[in-house]
Amino acid sequence: MERKQSQGGFARGLSYSVVDAITAAVVIIIGIVMMVDNQRIGITWAVDGPESGYFPYHVGLILCISGAAVLLKALFGKQRNREIFVTWDRFRLVLLVLLPTAVYVLLIQFAGIYVASALFIGAFMRLLGKISWLKTILVSVGVNVLLFWMFEIQFMVPLPKGPLEAALFGY
Amino acid sequence: MEELNALFHGFSTVLSWYNIGMMFIGLVLGVIIGVLPGLGGPNGVAILLPLTFTMPPTSAIIMLSCIYWGSLFAGAITSILFNIPGETSSVATTFDGYPLAQQGKAGNALTASFTGSFFGALSGVVLITFLAPLVSKFALRFGPPEFFAVFLLTFCSFVGTDKKTPFKTIISMMLGFGLAAIGMDTVSGGLRMTFGWSELLRGIDFLVVVIGLFGIGEILVSMEEGLKFEGKSGRINLRVVLQTWREMPRYWMTLIRSTVVGCWMGVTPGGATAASFMGYGLAQRFSRNGSKFGTGEIEGVIAPETAAHASGTSALLPMLALGIPGSATAAVLLGGLMIWGLQPGPLLFVEQKEFVWGLIASMYLGNFVGLIIVLSTVPLFAAILRIPFAIVAPIIIVVCAIGAYSVHNAMLDVWFMLLFGAIGYVLKKLSYPLAPMILALVLGDRMEDAFRQSMLGPGTGLHVFWSNSLVGTITTLALLMLFWPLIPFTLRCLRRMAGGRRNGGDHGKTKARTAE
Repeated sequence: MERKQSQGGFARGLSYSVVDAITAAVVIIIGIVMMVDNQRIGITWAVDGPESGYFPYHVGLILCISGAAVLLKALFGKQRNREIFVTWDRFRLVLLVLLPTAVYVLLIQFAGIYVASALFIGAFMRLLGKISWLKTILVSVGVNVLLFWMFEIQFMVPLPKGPLEAALFGY
Repeated sequence: MEELNALFHGFSTVLSWYNIGMMFIGLVLGVIIGVLPGLGGPNGVAILLPLTFTMPPTSAIIMLSCIYWGSLFAGAITSILFNIPGETSSVATTFDGYPLAQQGKAGNALTASFTGSFFGALSGVVLITFLAPLVSKFALRFGPPEFFAVFLLTFCSFVGTDKKTPFKTIISMMLGFGLAAIGMDTVSGGLRMTFGWSELLRGIDFLVVVIGLFGIGEILVSMEEGLKFEGKSGRINLRVVLQTWREMPRYWMTLIRSTVVGCWMGVTPGGATAASFMGYGLAQRFSRNGSKFGTGEIEGVIAPETAAHASGTSALLPMLALGIPGSATAAVLLGGLMIWGLQPGPLLFVEQKEFVWGLIASMYLGNFVGLIIVLSTVPLFAAILRIPFAIVAPIIIVVCAIGAYSVHNAMLDVWFMLLFGAIGYVLKKLSYPLAPMILALVLGDRMEDAFRQSMLGPGTGLHVFWSNSLVGTITTLALLMLFWPLIPFTLRCLRRMAGGRRNGGDHGKTKARTAE
């Protein structure tokens, strides 16, 4: 779904109804995938009641039907919304959050959640908010110290840790 | 009077230092969550749920339900002071709340809305206290077919009450059912829709979906709108409070009307948002000052807030009595019940007396304490909104990521959260309702179990759902709800077919009635 959404920004002209239609098409595809996969494990009536694919198969079927209804309405309906789904300027703002978040999630795997969070909050404040260095460091480190205290010490919920924590506290 | 005894017993459970402390934490966190954009009732509860795994269930539910009350109260703060609804259920509050704030009467508006909320919530709790035990006692007679029929009724009424986009409601619901079916099948033990991916074996947790859809999705939507908060100051002093309270009895009719609407919409899963709009609309139609609505009428603040809070509270009635939540947040709370090892359903009132009555007692106390907290600390919470979005947004994202991770200690869940965030952004912009998806996701497995259990044995088929009068009535009612929007449609079609004939309208009406 992410891919379709970025197209919406680049093409500039994608209206609500077109995005609506694409989403409906994706829904139909999901429905078909569900139907095919559950057909494999059995959708008929066994001796002891319906087989395990019965329920999801029909869920997929209803998805296809309603998806088709939304698709038709989006393509041929009378009250189509022809406004642009999202303008490039605004979509840039969305990407400014989405992409750094993706980088952040990737970073968690290498640096642990605390270091990654500190860097993420710091970068976000500094680059997008143009907030002074002092405040940036205070907030990003402070939030993480608080989180560390709450999760690791207070509630004893272990979160992913990286090389820094290993070096400092031996976690 | 059995209920009152049980209730007093519940109070004795709640009145321990630990539980009162949890209540305070829950309320304050709830107000903060409600004020912040991108955090709302459902995902605030979802993020904090993993922290409660080790707590005693009663304390855990007290804290989490108080988060819910807090966030409901907080919706009014942002609507009135900033003209931004912090929760979708307080959209209608902005219509008259913000004009009042512009006239410098923010204090009155806030007091009125909080008091109205309190009144609505209190009525909801009273309803739960006396009605829920009866409903659950009645539901003890239910077998799997009856339960499936009730589930069906819940979901069908979602579709039926949605006049604008019934197909989108169905899609959202079915996506929820589909997600719930991923992983191990509980009846046969076989794998479904894992596509050979072993990580999908345990399925996709509803908490991750909630955090993604409501947390990240909301942040993306509010980022796009380019948040600039220009708030009015919201000082409340005792004089303003007393002055407003003196005015309140004048609006008793609005209060009662909104409460009834709210309770009804909460018990049947219409949702707090619909309730608040209905409450506002009815008040506008019936009030003497109806024409002045939208320019800053106290009544226009009371009506939606009372309805929203009444509906939010009574959404817990079907959750406690039947195990069927009436709102997205209630669905998350219900998921919590299952995680703490409690079996939701009518037996809850029999087997977990302390838990149920502790929760109900905490609702009385929590709403009262909540009212005092919000009345006394509004400026503090309003100040949170003045923090630049560039600071708030990354912190919320970090908290969401931690919340998603700690559900199963799995990194994959954080990626799923991100994916559902993007999906939530698109779906929200295309006005897909998200609450049905969460409800379907939480209830999916139980609904399927109920279906398959009713199909056990020889000679079964769909006719099981009409095998006795009870299940037959519920099933028929469910189908009626599902096709409710079609009735006026067929009516119109028939009328058009009748063409120039004079009695066309009557003809159509009788046809529709026979269809019913």
